[in-house]
Amino acid sequence: MTKISVNKKVFETDSDPSTPMLWVLRDEFGLTGTKFGCGIAQCGSCTIHVDGEARRSCVTPISAVVGKEVTTIEGLSPDSSHPLQKAWIAEDAPQCGYCQSGQIMAAAAMLKKTPKPTDADIDQAMNGIICRCGTYNRVRAAIKLAAANGGK
Amino acid sequence: MSSRILKLLVIGIAVAVIAFARVGRFEPIEHVAASTAEDAVKARAAFNEAVKVFFSARCSNCHPGGDAPTQGDERRIHDQDVKRGTDGKGVAGMECATCHQAENMDGEGLPPGAPNWHMPPADNKMVFQGMTAAALCQQLKDPARNGGRKTLKESIHHIETDPLVGWAWNPGSGRTTPPLSQADFLKKLNEWIDAGAACPE
Repeated sequence: MTKISVNKKVFETDSDPSTPMLWVLRDEFGLTGTKFGCGIAQCGSCTIHVDGEARRSCVTPISAVVGKEVTTIEGLSPDSSHPLQKAWIAEDAPQCGYCQSGQIMAAAAMLKKTPKPTDADIDQAMNGIICRCGTYNRVRAAIKLAAANGGK
Repeated sequence: MSSRILKLLVIGIAVAVIAFARVGRFEPIEHVAASTAEDAVKARAAFNEAVKVFFSARCSNCHPGGDAPTQGDERRIHDQDVKRGTDGKGVAGMECATCHQAENMDGEGLPPGAPNWHMPPADNKMVFQGMTAAALCQQLKDPARNGGRKTLKESIHHIETDPLVGWAWNPGSGRTTPPLSQADFLKKLNEWIDAGAACPE
């Protein structure tokens, strides 16, 4: 039995320690906000935070998060009030929306370390998150708006 | 105080100073020179073997001249436009550890892993790619460019014990390994040092 803290709540799983966090989050803990995109850390849809840093949950074995705090899109704020979540709506950033939880989690990890990002900072941090709708300009605008609103 | 006691005191202090100087002696590595021409030939031959490992894809992919790591045996620019960052651990929101775990993941296309996956930092890039054997040799001996390692044995210790270096010989998922085994690589490096560490010309 492995105990894992997700969004400040302790969950238990019997899965093999090598099981990727993504499977456990979605199939066992019912946290389906984190999406499966490629399964090989190429697209970024499955991005979560482990101790505040961006991690691709599809390649993060559960053994790597024991004793650490995992945050998913559901735990980013208690009521969708994170400046990035608000900015996402204000800028109408998503189109199909499939990648957006990964986009927001990557952006949130960046804003913690770089609260006033330049366009280059944003591009560099977000290069790893692929949006098949091509909403990158709106994503960038939303991140800038969240940063202006003090968003970490 | 008799002159005899004074003399003893002076000798005592001199011995202590010399002993301290010997213990604390630091021989700058640029002054390590081959004692004979024969040694120099031996050292260069050993280095020319060892350098094949530094130039191999598994080692040089994370030691580029620019700020982008490369990947694959063809050394293509890393997917996702990954960058070194100031500390060599990537940039905020896209660190090396965002995808690279502490161990290899099984399966085609999955990112390789080892503890503390990173590149050299921006202020000490320890470039392997695009270097000649002679230039790389000089770089290894220069603490300003070798990661601050003051002795060659210190560098060898890093190569011998850092799990990230050792990963090159256990890269997972069908990746090629360097042309020498880790043991042979260390043997050649030690031969090079023991023969005076002369660099190829």
